[in-house]
Amino acid sequence: MTIEDIIKPENLVYKKPDLMNDRPMHYCPGCSHGVVHKLIGEVLEEMDVVEDTIGITPVGCAVFAYNYLDIDWEEAAHGRAPAMAVAIKRLRPNKLVFTYQGDGDLAAIGTAETIHACNRRDSITIIFINNGIYGMTGGQMAPTTLEGMKTATCPYGRDVKVNGHPLKITNLLKELDGTCYVTRQSVQTAAAVRKTKKAIRKAFENNLNNRGVSVVEVVSTCNSGWKMSPSMANKWMEENMFPAYPLGDLKDTTI
Amino acid sequence: MSEEIKLMKGNEAIAHAAIRCGCDGYFGYPITPQSEVLETLTEVEPWKTTGMNVLQAESEVAAINMVYGGAGTGKKVMTSSSSPGVSLKQEGISYLAGAELPALIVNVMRGGPGLGTIQPSQADYFQTVKGGGHGDYKLIALAPASVQEMADFVGLGFDLAFKYRNPAIILADGVIGQMMEKVVLPPFKPRRTDEEIVKECPWAAVGKPKNRKCNIITSLELDPAVMEKKNLHLQEKYREIEANEVRYEEIQCKDAEYLLVAFGSSARICQKAVEMARAEGIKVGLLRPITLWPFPSKVLNQFANQVKSMLCVELNAGQMVEDVRLAVNGKVKVEHFGRLGGIVYTPDEIIEAMKAKIM
Repeated sequence: MTIEDIIKPENLVYKKPDLMNDRPMHYCPGCSHGVVHKLIGEVLEEMDVVEDTIGITPVGCAVFAYNYLDIDWEEAAHGRAPAMAVAIKRLRPNKLVFTYQGDGDLAAIGTAETIHACNRRDSITIIFINNGIYGMTGGQMAPTTLEGMKTATCPYGRDVKVNGHPLKITNLLKELDGTCYVTRQSVQTAAAVRKTKKAIRKAFENNLNNRGVSVVEVVSTCNSGWKMSPSMANKWMEENMFPAYPLGDLKDTTI
Repeated sequence: MSEEIKLMKGNEAIAHAAIRCGCDGYFGYPITPQSEVLETLTEVEPWKTTGMNVLQAESEVAAINMVYGGAGTGKKVMTSSSSPGVSLKQEGISYLAGAELPALIVNVMRGGPGLGTIQPSQADYFQTVKGGGHGDYKLIALAPASVQEMADFVGLGFDLAFKYRNPAIILADGVIGQMMEKVVLPPFKPRRTDEEIVKECPWAAVGKPKNRKCNIITSLELDPAVMEKKNLHLQEKYREIEANEVRYEEIQCKDAEYLLVAFGSSARICQKAVEMARAEGIKVGLLRPITLWPFPSKVLNQFANQVKSMLCVELNAGQMVEDVRLAVNGKVKVEHFGRLGGIVYTPDEIIEAMKAKIM
């Protein structure tokens, strides 16, 4: 009996998107990035817009996103992806232009670019992974790190007197007139994954329909940075991150 | 039809030349003494005629990254600024060089360091030709000495940038940016179509068709062996540019016993100094580097066999003089004369300095 005898197309219940290649990912087991990458791949395939899509990777863990999804990419300097996206969209208005950014990239070093991109009306999409920590550099404090949360640069827990408050940047972005859709989602359960996929689809449709900036925040785990098992990290996220960053649509002018 | 002669500032010439040479996008931020570039573009509104995009960015940092983003899709894009603003752009310039993207940067220099002064200076020579940003990279650096060259070097800068997939920079200063001269603008050249861009820039990230591999614009590589190769490739390209693209002007050099070396606005003042010194019977010539990188080292080395000494005249504390000395390699005396803080020398001062330092 060969593998072809066992695995038949009619028995297929799950398939990763063709856009997602077979390169081994550098992400830690339990990381949310892989799931969000897959969702982007699925949505782009379902919308049949690969030939018109330009993605921008950040500096941070997702810097290598271009290794995993077979689309055209530009790799940004730290925090500058939204400025690049604005320029690309203006120069190529018919393209689907999206950035994929982490919390340090989007809400610390790139705050100015993020706010001004969201204040203009260029129809770009920002996929924002918020796990409250710098993963790539080894678990330092992020602007979104929770009060009391321990990281490599606040080893005794974030003290708001010293480090300021967790930055709810998405709440800020929804106030800007250039955004049309701002939502906060997660990917720790099958139901959450389905919701996030819907949000990405809507954001990409807004992109092509010239409706303004769409922001999809995905509250995520970084179990390595948080020093927890993947399942513990999911539980910790639900108990600690969700109260600070409640899920749901913050703004939707497209309804 | 005869060529139309216009009177305008150097900064305005940059703007008009950009529109005419088929530029797709300009991204800038106001700073004295170059704001007329952005002001002229927003007044002319080229998006209504050629389709060129013009955007005032939130910062110089954003502007250079807009250039990076646009250049990555094969578009002809540029930015302009002045010294403090160009310092802010250095990160993006290094990324452009690392990702091998063609783009045009204009620096209308003012005095530094820090916020410095809004008066002219040539103190960003080191920043321009020795790196500026991080890593081993080079910019093709053009130094205009007239409003005409401000106009001409936009097209030339883009041509060289695309020929070598390397950012090019026009290094002007407050004098050249602000002074008005007559100028013949370049003829209108249409912007390239998307099909032409794909043909010219097969590497551009424009959306992946089924029949080709992904185009990825990046300067990142974590495998040291691959990264060394990438760096060696850049160095090979730089050697090729050095072999092919050196540009300079010789003024009264044939019988010269003394040589002035100056670029940009300084070269214009030196030209007058040469004229006045020759009237006194002093046989002096002027060598004007037009490309600051690649530097005209060979020709300077040859002149070292002819002249008794050289004086490098620049509006800084002595920057290009180092490259002149390297080129001459001790064959003759090379001295420096400069003024700082936004003060511009007179031709008389240059002749005095020549007599005191190299005669």
